[in-house]
Amino acid sequence: MTKYQPIMRLVALRITAGLLLILAISAFLFLGLELLPGDFAQNFLGQTATPESVAAIRQELGLDVPAVSRYLGWLQGVATGDFGESWANRKDVNEQLFSRFANTFFLASTAALVAVPLALFLGVVSVHFHNKFPDHAINIVSLAAISMPDFFVGYLLIFFFALVLGVGYGPPIVPEGPLWTLQNLELIALPVMTLVIVVLAHMMRMTKAALLNVMESPYIETAELKGVRPLRVIWKHAAPNTIAPIANVVALNMAYLVVGVVVIEVVFAYPGMGQYFIDAVTIRDMPVVQACGIVFSAVYVILNMLADIISIIANPRLMHPK
Amino acid sequence: MLQTIVPSTVLVLTALFSYQRAGKVYGLLAGSLAALLIASGLFGNPAVPSVAAAMLLFVFCAAGIGLVFRLLLARVLPAKQARIARRVPLTASFGLCVILFVLVLCIFAGYIAPYGEAEIVGDIWEPASRTHLLGTDNLGRDMFSRLVYGARTTVLVAITASVLSFMVGMFLSFLAVVIGGWCDQILSRLNDLMLAIPTLVFALVVLAALPQNIAVLIIVMAIIDQTRVFRLGRAVATDVIVMDFVEAARLRGEKWAWIVFREILPNVLTPLIAEFGLRFAYAILFLSSLSFLGLGIQPPQADWGSMVKDNKDGLIFLVPAALYPGAVIALLAVSVNMVVDWMLNRTASLKGGRG
Repeated sequence: MTKYQPIMRLVALRITAGLLLILAISAFLFLGLELLPGDFAQNFLGQTATPESVAAIRQELGLDVPAVSRYLGWLQGVATGDFGESWANRKDVNEQLFSRFANTFFLASTAALVAVPLALFLGVVSVHFHNKFPDHAINIVSLAAISMPDFFVGYLLIFFFALVLGVGYGPPIVPEGPLWTLQNLELIALPVMTLVIVVLAHMMRMTKAALLNVMESPYIETAELKGVRPLRVIWKHAAPNTIAPIANVVALNMAYLVVGVVVIEVVFAYPGMGQYFIDAVTIRDMPVVQACGIVFSAVYVILNMLADIISIIANPRLMHPK
Repeated sequence: MLQTIVPSTVLVLTALFSYQRAGKVYGLLAGSLAALLIASGLFGNPAVPSVAAAMLLFVFCAAGIGLVFRLLLARVLPAKQARIARRVPLTASFGLCVILFVLVLCIFAGYIAPYGEAEIVGDIWEPASRTHLLGTDNLGRDMFSRLVYGARTTVLVAITASVLSFMVGMFLSFLAVVIGGWCDQILSRLNDLMLAIPTLVFALVVLAALPQNIAVLIIVMAIIDQTRVFRLGRAVATDVIVMDFVEAARLRGEKWAWIVFREILPNVLTPLIAEFGLRFAYAILFLSSLSFLGLGIQPPQADWGSMVKDNKDGLIFLVPAALYPGAVIALLAVSVNMVVDWMLNRTASLKGGRG
């Protein structure tokens, strides 16, 4: 067991750092906003604000309490899974947040399940045919895909499928009950396709760069010159060293997916976290904005943390400390 | 069946020919479109071949524009630059041409646009006609005029934001490297914290709390983007500052301003220019996303992202108005990316590696 001790210590360190980072972000999102000019109550009331109504709403929303104690109260709530209540409709944020998070997770994970293997495959193809025509084709198509705004891809697909192919398109309203059904998968086909296109190009280009980096190192050349078969070179010599960078690429792009999902949900009117977040941002419903902000950031940080942990575990050098 | 076989054969032959003559990329695109055409012939949908043909036409037009622009550049520029211009790949030359064209649109927007920015000139979502080149939008404003004015707003905000983010990011990163120690630690950890929040989420949270105007928007975009510039700037500057000539300058007793501007900056300029292009392309996409979500440029000012938002409901009625601004954003971003790609390849081949 002692063999794994240094690794366990590093992993524990990463997890602590990740949790601290999430805490720091929460402070940043809460207290940082206090430092910004502009008053929530004023913004919230908009043009109808009078000094009396502003004071009244400040008291009602609890804004007259000092920011730090409000933050601590909020943090206590979040730690026990209570995100406070929305300013707009005075309902618990939790109520909406959890069901919407499940919907978003369904969408994003389906997209990831399609995009990750596809991106890795295309990355390998592109490296295998480096500077030959499949590589050139993949390169220019992925460059075009990277340059398209997410929402444009979504509308293009809607337009293409509705007009050109005449396939029925409806807003994907996820019904109650279990999410992972064939019928639901059919409903979210277009948003998933959009997300895949958005993420695929990035992931593929990064995979290619990571693989090329390893494939250009001298020991691979040695193996090739020795006459080892190409597949064996990739599988036995290159693969173990590409686990860490590829885990990084995948995690980074899953994190990118988290952000991409916000825009895509708005395009397809999908009842997920992104839509909830944007609705709250438009009416400046700060408790909801902060709750969604911290959840999105936490997912982002956790994914990056996972990548770090995988690369720690994949590095055999750490098993034999000097 | 014959309808598919004949154009498919023509496409395959074109693909082979252009692969040999016009460059591999175009041949491949033609080839993949031919494959699409054949597949659609098998599935029997008559609309797909026309879309494929339109795409092919676009690709070849782009290649043609790139070719003509390259010849023009080689003719106009002085001998030394002309030699470089002659070897610009078609993609990059097309990109340059588009960027120049958009800049001209921005500068002469008032002369080019036939109607005013917020002027209501017709019915809602009129189809394209002689008087309205791209039809009208959801309020009956001229789409083409708004695209031209939108170019000005979008490009201006994106350029200002990326220049600002560059200046701030570069300044802070050089400060961190030159002073080092605690300064480096504080700036780097703060940067890590900001990098740990997804950009769009960060921007939306902050913009929800701030008053909505263009200055605030530019500053928020710049502050979020400078984290990326800081990371790159710090990385390249750390590489340079340990060089002997910097040490020599330090021992000579030069001030830090001299070290930054005369010793470090000239040596990191090439990767920085390429990075600037990338950041600019990213700023356009980011601004469009914000505007699309309703937190960017506010109406009635035209901007490509908000134009998509305004016209998105038309898609249900098969009005393609929302697709034009989206396509223009994509076109400009692709162009910038292609030029950057070429520049990076050029510096890479000069130094023998990406440095």
